[in-house]
Amino acid sequence: MTGRTHVHTSINDTDVDFLCESRQSLLEVLRDVLWLFGTKEGCNDGNCGACTVIMDGRIVDSCLVLAVEAEGKTITTIEGIAQAEGLHPLQQAFLEGDALQCGICTPGFVLAAKALLDREPDADETRIRHWLAGNLCRCTGYDKIVRAVLKAGKEMREEAP
Amino acid sequence: MAVVWIPPFLESLTGGAHKVTVSGRNLRQVLNSLDTLYPGIKDALLEEDHIHPSIAVVIDGATGHLELIEPVREESEIHFIPAISGG
Amino acid sequence: MTATARQESKGSGPFKVVGTRTTRHDGVDKVTGRARFGADISMSGLLHGKVLRSPHAHARIRSIDTSMAEALPGVKGVATAQDFPIIRGQALDFSGAVSNARVTAEVILAHERVMYAGHAVAAVAATSPHIAEEATRLIRVDYEASRVERLGSGEDTSPGSNIASHIQLKRGDVEQGFGEAEVIVERELSTQTIHQGYIEPFASTAHWAPDGHVTIWTTTQGIFGVRASTSAILGIPESMVKVIPMEVGGGFGGKASIYLDPVAAVLSKKTGHPVKMVMTRKEVFEGTGPGCAAIMRVKMGADSSGRITAAQFWLAYQAGAFPGSSVSGGATTGTGPYNIDNFLIDGYDVVCNKQKTSGYRAPGQCQANFAIETVIDELAERLGMDPLELRLKNVVKEGDRMPTGVPFPYIDLRKLEETMKTHPHYSAPLEGPNRGRGVAVAFRGHGGQGAPATMNVNADGTISLITGAIDLSGTRTTVAMQAAEVLGLAAKDVILTVVDTDSVAQTGTTAGSRVTFEMGLAAIAAAQEVKRQMSARAAMLWEVQPEEVEFQDGVFTCNRSPAKRMTFKELAGRLARSGGPITCSVYAPSTGIGPSFAGNIVDVEIDPETGKVDILRYTAFLDAGQAVHPGFVEGQMQGATAQGIGWALSEEYLYTEEGAVANTSFLDYRTPTSMDLPMIDTVIIQVPNPHHPFGVRAVGEVPIVPTLAAVANAVYHATGVRMTRLPMSPGAILEALEAKKAQE
Repeated sequence: MTGRTHVHTSINDTDVDFLCESRQSLLEVLRDVLWLFGTKEGCNDGNCGACTVIMDGRIVDSCLVLAVEAEGKTITTIEGIAQAEGLHPLQQAFLEGDALQCGICTPGFVLAAKALLDREPDADETRIRHWLAGNLCRCTGYDKIVRAVLKAGKEMREEAP
Repeated sequence: MAVVWIPPFLESLTGGAHKVTVSGRNLRQVLNSLDTLYPGIKDALLEEDHIHPSIAVVIDGATGHLELIEPVREESEIHFIPAISGG
Repeated sequence: MTATARQESKGSGPFKVVGTRTTRHDGVDKVTGRARFGADISMSGLLHGKVLRSPHAHARIRSIDTSMAEALPGVKGVATAQDFPIIRGQALDFSGAVSNARVTAEVILAHERVMYAGHAVAAVAATSPHIAEEATRLIRVDYEASRVERLGSGEDTSPGSNIASHIQLKRGDVEQGFGEAEVIVERELSTQTIHQGYIEPFASTAHWAPDGHVTIWTTTQGIFGVRASTSAILGIPESMVKVIPMEVGGGFGGKASIYLDPVAAVLSKKTGHPVKMVMTRKEVFEGTGPGCAAIMRVKMGADSSGRITAAQFWLAYQAGAFPGSSVSGGATTGTGPYNIDNFLIDGYDVVCNKQKTSGYRAPGQCQANFAIETVIDELAERLGMDPLELRLKNVVKEGDRMPTGVPFPYIDLRKLEETMKTHPHYSAPLEGPNRGRGVAVAFRGHGGQGAPATMNVNADGTISLITGAIDLSGTRTTVAMQAAEVLGLAAKDVILTVVDTDSVAQTGTTAGSRVTFEMGLAAIAAAQEVKRQMSARAAMLWEVQPEEVEFQDGVFTCNRSPAKRMTFKELAGRLARSGGPITCSVYAPSTGIGPSFAGNIVDVEIDPETGKVDILRYTAFLDAGQAVHPGFVEGQMQGATAQGIGWALSEEYLYTEEGAVANTSFLDYRTPTSMDLPMIDTVIIQVPNPHHPFGVRAVGEVPIVPTLAAVANAVYHATGVRMTRLPMSPGAILEALEAKKAQE
């Protein structure tokens, strides 16, 4: 496995070039090559959602995406959510609503929820529960996560022009 | 005199007695008194001069941490219970 | 669904900080992805390690040939048990209980015999994880398969059987007690092997420096336990091992055991490079310690007034490949929170060729509680009594004795049960077919270890609080809040850092629900010492006697001269030029963490076509003592309930005929998702603990204990079928419904 592919992509609004082996996943490159450790590995088989990132507006499990597939794509990871002026409303709602305990699943939840609220800021509890069903949390029982997403949605609606 | 509650696995050594009243100002002295009354009981509770790892000593409701030098009061109640772990 | 009643975010009772919903100290790092967990580390020259695991559940290792693996380009080193000194069995204090270093050494790499499928056999370090994994497949192991003991049922109690140990607890005369009973219920129940299900796999990075110093970055519930185990297994002094804690992505008891740290260290020694090892999810399921399966026989009798006259429990817990199941947890809480004059409890620790089990949230107590609370529910039904009324009739109170004989300290379980009974959920109409409501109540006993802490006053008036207690779920905040309360500061002004093993006194593993309580006691003691020293400094600056200085609400005053007044912050700013900084280290012995109580009310609906159980409504009750952070307490209750629901309904290890785990992914090992659960309502009762200055009790584990039986009792009241085996999966429910139909 000596042949490496050059990949050009945009990660968190920054042009990024990397070399990868064809067998490497996007998750592996984000973490081991680019040292973007905010994207977590929980299962490496697409069942826990800890590695969720947004690719061209859609949420993907980055463990199920080959790094070479990132060519020409626009990717958002947890490191790209907070702006210079402060936390994203979702991050703020997670923080204030005690919607995290150990925190390993939190980046995945924040990205998945952002992808939902960006298109459906008025998503209700049932919609949120369905949307987040691909993200496992073992600490919270989801109660406070769902409430935080509801709250962030409300704030984003109020902030929207 | 302190009251020692004899765990069921040691009742064969005490002739079936559940509670034994013995003297001693610390756990070592209590065990020595017990062993005089019921030879072998000390060996059953200790492993190389330490309380056996599977046993926890509770004196007056508190888990002891001083092992054999744990103080014992005149009216103390002493239990030898199975050690439990936390998750 | 009713919303959880949220308390106002201001101090409750006499407190200003304790009882508020302050923002967690580690929160920003965790919502921005900056927090560093076990695998979130890299460094120059880093190699990646992978483990080869046994496909056999029981076999002798005749030989291991690593030559082909070593020849693969990119491979830098291979390790087997031959690379470790054969240590003598010695007791190791770990996770509050005791494990044996010899056993731990066997678990991390099998020596002569593999004891379960998934048992580690060899490890490889290479320049990439892919190469390391390829290399493990090139290792040739010659196995001689042995007979596989799969049952672990404890049926055979003869010498030479697979019973490792037996615990007995008794009181009174059970035969006489059963003679006084009007109604006797007898049941055999069983629970399955389950996993803690933490989302972060085990991960460890080790560097063995040329001077012999070993540094380990790891995800663990106890850095000092990792240090003790690693030094014992490697045969080097503890002072040569430094363990640096990473954030822990869930533990629940599972990360009180170690698997990778000494292996990564040996691979580093052999290669001269730092080596990082991260388990796959499959390895987590087959190679780490799950919570143990149990078979339980319960017989309970009650007279016509509802008084429980006698109880008999036979508990067989599967330890897995080495002794040490959590049966003692089940046996010591065996009679439940009931005052019973006549009981006999027999607990058996049974070994078999499965993973060596480890603790899982209130180890051993969930299993036994499932059995007891199922039988109590049946007794109530047979007596025609309300199930909570029957519980109240037999409720334990202060001075009553636990199954061990130890008296209960100051408690008020009656208050918790009466709160459940009068809660609107309990009397809410539950209409429609296939619906039922269940209740259950539980207690968990806790032990103590004591805790050290170091505190420094910073020039800007903040406090640095240094501990070695791993923060699994927010204890940095709950401990800091207690120090802040004493010093009249805001919680955020107490900066708590969890440091490595070289930087703080030996600290116990985070387990047994003890950190907020015990590290809180240490933080309070340190804060009081800081207050004393600060008062003395104020006296010196004011040229008065220390007794003349008072401290209240963050302000020092002199009772002789009202003009003399300094805030904590002002005085902190003057320390450097008045004799230097103020610092102290304390050790707070454990003083009575005591037992904790929890209860559940749950409504379910069963789909008779599929057998699927839907949770319609859930209310969890907990006596937290003084809740330090109510939001975190609710979080413990909700998370524990979700785990309990998974245990009750969907989670289980499935084993093949050969004894291998068949479901090693979250696809097949089904932990609850957001779609499986409703909101989980919480009711916190606060009966103060007299052994803590603020009245704090232990909250982390007990909320899971009643869940299994509460759900099972609800399923019974929905279907008329007593589910005595967990999980109550759709298939199991359908089977039970069909069996019931055939009987009718």
